[in-house]
Amino acid sequence: MEINDAMVSYVAQLAYLKLDEDQRAQAAKDLARMIEYVGQLGELDTQGVEPMSHALPVVNVMREDEVRESMDREWILRNAPASKDGCFLVPKTVE
Amino acid sequence: MATYEMVIGLEVHVELATRTKIFCGCTTRFGGAPNTHTCPICTGMPGTLPVVNRKVIEFAIATGLATNCEITRRNKFDRKNYFYPDLPKAYQISQLYLPICRNGHVDIETAAGRKAVGIHEIHMEEDAGKLMHDPWLDQTMVDYNRCGVPLLEIVSEPDMRSAEEVIAYLTRLRQTLQYLGVSDCKMQEGSLRADVNLSVRPAGSSKLGTRTEMKNLNSFKAIARAIAGEYRRQVELIEDGKPVLQQTRRWDDNKDTSFAMRSKEDAQDYRYFPEPDLPPMEISDAWIEQIQARQPEMADARAARYQRDFGLTAYDARLLTEEKPVADLFEATVEGCGRPRETAGWIMGEMMARMKEKQPEQLMLEPQALARIVTLVAEGKLNRQSAREVFFYAFDGGTDVDGYVAAHGLQTVADDSAYETVIADVLERCAADVRAYREGNAKVFGFLVGQTMKALGGKADPKKVNALLRRKLGEAT
Amino acid sequence: MELFDLAALELGAKIRAREIGVEEAVRACLARMEEKEPQVHAFIRVTREQALRRAREVQRGIDEGVYTGPLAGVPMAVKDLISTRDVETTCASRMLEHYVPVFDATVMQKLQEAGAVCLGKTNMDEFAMGSTTESSYFGVTHNPWNLSRVPGGSSGGSAAAVAAREVFYALGSDTGGSIRQPASFCGVTGLKPTYGAVSRYGLLAYASSLDQIGPLAIDARDAAAVTRVIMGRDALDATSVDAPLPGMPEGDALSGLRVGVPEDYFGEGLDEQVRERVMGAARELQARGAQLVPVRMPELAYAIPAYYVLACAEASSNLSRYDGVKYGYRPKHFEDLHDLYLRSRSEGFGPEVKRRIMLGAFALSSGYYGAYYNKALQVKALIKRAFDRCFEQADLLITPAAPTTAYPLGSNTDDPIKMYLGDIYTVSVNMAGLPGLCFPCGFDEQGLPVGAQLIGPAFSEERLLRAAHAYQLHTPYHRQHPGEE
Repeated sequence: MEINDAMVSYVAQLAYLKLDEDQRAQAAKDLARMIEYVGQLGELDTQGVEPMSHALPVVNVMREDEVRESMDREWILRNAPASKDGCFLVPKTVE
Repeated sequence: MATYEMVIGLEVHVELATRTKIFCGCTTRFGGAPNTHTCPICTGMPGTLPVVNRKVIEFAIATGLATNCEITRRNKFDRKNYFYPDLPKAYQISQLYLPICRNGHVDIETAAGRKAVGIHEIHMEEDAGKLMHDPWLDQTMVDYNRCGVPLLEIVSEPDMRSAEEVIAYLTRLRQTLQYLGVSDCKMQEGSLRADVNLSVRPAGSSKLGTRTEMKNLNSFKAIARAIAGEYRRQVELIEDGKPVLQQTRRWDDNKDTSFAMRSKEDAQDYRYFPEPDLPPMEISDAWIEQIQARQPEMADARAARYQRDFGLTAYDARLLTEEKPVADLFEATVEGCGRPRETAGWIMGEMMARMKEKQPEQLMLEPQALARIVTLVAEGKLNRQSAREVFFYAFDGGTDVDGYVAAHGLQTVADDSAYETVIADVLERCAADVRAYREGNAKVFGFLVGQTMKALGGKADPKKVNALLRRKLGEAT
Repeated sequence: MELFDLAALELGAKIRAREIGVEEAVRACLARMEEKEPQVHAFIRVTREQALRRAREVQRGIDEGVYTGPLAGVPMAVKDLISTRDVETTCASRMLEHYVPVFDATVMQKLQEAGAVCLGKTNMDEFAMGSTTESSYFGVTHNPWNLSRVPGGSSGGSAAAVAAREVFYALGSDTGGSIRQPASFCGVTGLKPTYGAVSRYGLLAYASSLDQIGPLAIDARDAAAVTRVIMGRDALDATSVDAPLPGMPEGDALSGLRVGVPEDYFGEGLDEQVRERVMGAARELQARGAQLVPVRMPELAYAIPAYYVLACAEASSNLSRYDGVKYGYRPKHFEDLHDLYLRSRSEGFGPEVKRRIMLGAFALSSGYYGAYYNKALQVKALIKRAFDRCFEQADLLITPAAPTTAYPLGSNTDDPIKMYLGDIYTVSVNMAGLPGLCFPCGFDEQGLPVGAQLIGPAFSEERLLRAAHAYQLHTPYHRQHPGEE
């Protein structure tokens, strides 16, 4: 499978990564190599095989609807790079 | 000119009335200072994991059963990935591949008749946080209190053809959810939100037109206006030979128009995949039966009971049961005063008028207060006019009816001699009218009652005035 | 020094017998670190003051009968992706250089209740993505047996810290071999428990469906003791399971045990000396009464590509939360929200992390999900079936843990696929959710440790530990350590 520049840009955009020219070229190479490699999965006949997302047959794990005390806000914000009045602060979002 | 038909499907999000969030034990209580209803889990701190709230699953099943859905016996959660500051994990836990309920319907009735609106699916997901603009810093402040509040997304089939049907569907849906107790469905607080998918096609065509999705609709009125506006916009485009673009549009109710938010071309690639942190759900027959057995009495059953037990008309019973808080108030009041018809009269009359007029956030009227008013009126201790005044007090949340009546001197005059004196005075003052009455003009009687009531300062018991007046007028013949 | 010839349980016994004080043991380890760390660099952070405070607290607890467990007072360390309240937890990434958790991982709480004394946070590959510990933002870790060699990864710091006897055991995490392969390279005993046996709450996720915390220890009995402390269902981890704790391994009798030897694990690409040592270990098990049976696992070849699709896809989602908003790296200058996201992530993550999250995003993206992600989930099901088939014939399997012994630093960083191939023997175990144990089974001609892997059915930890213990009763390798320089 050919990995063109548009594909690299698209994947970088999905992953929210900024690549300069060199990195873009390297990423194209790496991606192509990795995608080619994992592409060998296509050789395996998996027709009719139910995809398995959980290896163990565990089902119905739930908690009861009981309130647990929330955490002190200063702890919630302890690692925030920017905060104000008990809120996390981010650049203006455009609606 | 060709006539057009609109085709509408709805995506309704309802916040569930659980005590805690869907994946952690934080309270779902509305309000609270920013980020005070949060913990490491709902703020997406590294290393935290979700554990699903049993109540959310049960509410979803209950909703599915009440909307005639099939329950997906083996269902699971998926991750929907996108970056936005209101989504701390940068993915929303939702259900894409196996939603918990599918293929249901809700029956509606409009002037056009009865019809079933299909439910495509109902799935569970978590709400996002709130973003507020800070004008001083020109930055956005992020509050995660709502983050992780459980939501049901109820996706209808594109079965609706008019705003009237949409409103009927929403009304019916809201009624169902309220009766189930799964949501309070307050649009003002955002606990019921609807996105409208609308397309237009020439009447009689079976091919669907290009649809748009309208967001930010926070009242039934806004929904009706948005539908009318979008219909107009799309018809104009078609008539002008321009294409309708598949878009997400944001309705601005103040400007009475919608704006394009994003088009299909830059539709996001959400990279859904099965949520590895949550084992699948396996819903047994026994569990479904248990939930079915616990389903509360729904509106139709209640209305039938009101007709049967209280002798109300079908119309009244239906009006009273339309909204569950109203029906609950009615029943609790009747329990307090034992007078269903009078209670129904107050609720359908004064209360509903007052609701329209004041549009309160919630019903403050206490059933004990209303029951006391009904009783005082029935016992002749409060006349209609005074009772109305006391009712307004109770409507605003007042509970001490007797205290209010006493403090404002609203109780009817109880002393018979006071009536006699006043009536004698009125008959003397209105001799001409008395004469006319005696000559057969029965209408004058009402006037004389009025005069007497007025002379008694509006606090008379009208029954007593009637009786005494009739006797007096009869005596003097 | 005699102290460092002890295993964790032996030290624990001496502490309980008041032959050695907790603080004394801790100080000895801290002194040992001062000597070893400049060469080995197994730690990202040594929490000296906390450890000394904790040592006194645990000593009091032992004296007062609060801590009665076999590991009370024994110095240990944890991989730097396990949340420790008030102590930086970095995932060896610039992204989390200054991140201080506000809660303890469940395993940390359990260890504290058992009287553990944590001496610090060990080095690892950034976000556990790697097999050499070279992708750490905080510098490489050297293999204590040969400082020019890698310690393996991603739990390379934990393995090296135990091998160098800087601590008596350490916690690691294993997503595709990250406990077993460094255990193999460093000559220690490492156990990846059954998926769900140990709570992942507080473990900074790489690939949620594959990650599992486990011990790196001096021998099988120590590994068993640590596993008994950290195992158990946790209300905070829905994927955790209530399973009986493995009993402590005793004795050397393995009669009746059927040990499967999957020939597919001994094929092309396997170093000849590694093959010999591992087969030697199999024969030793046989000598203890086990019966060797040949089994087949032809799906093995597809395990790596399927693993990388699944692990990278989950990672791309798990690592999306690092966006410069709530915690972690945020650049000083940025233009707008979009730019903040881009710069935080591009400057905060290293190249291997970026490589994997891009592959993951690709595998999940619209149009490719079916051919890659869903296909990998099907292969996962096939691998699970293949193991089920093997376990009809055998009670456990013996395989190499890695195709080679520790290779030179810097030799495997150019071509990602080359490094991924080194995970051939370990990743399938994670995909099937099974327990896997690696124990030292000798040295190659260069004096580098060789590890053998035991794989068992779900929740057969006790069986694996018993077999390894039986082996260790008759072999010296687990007792050997690089000693003083």
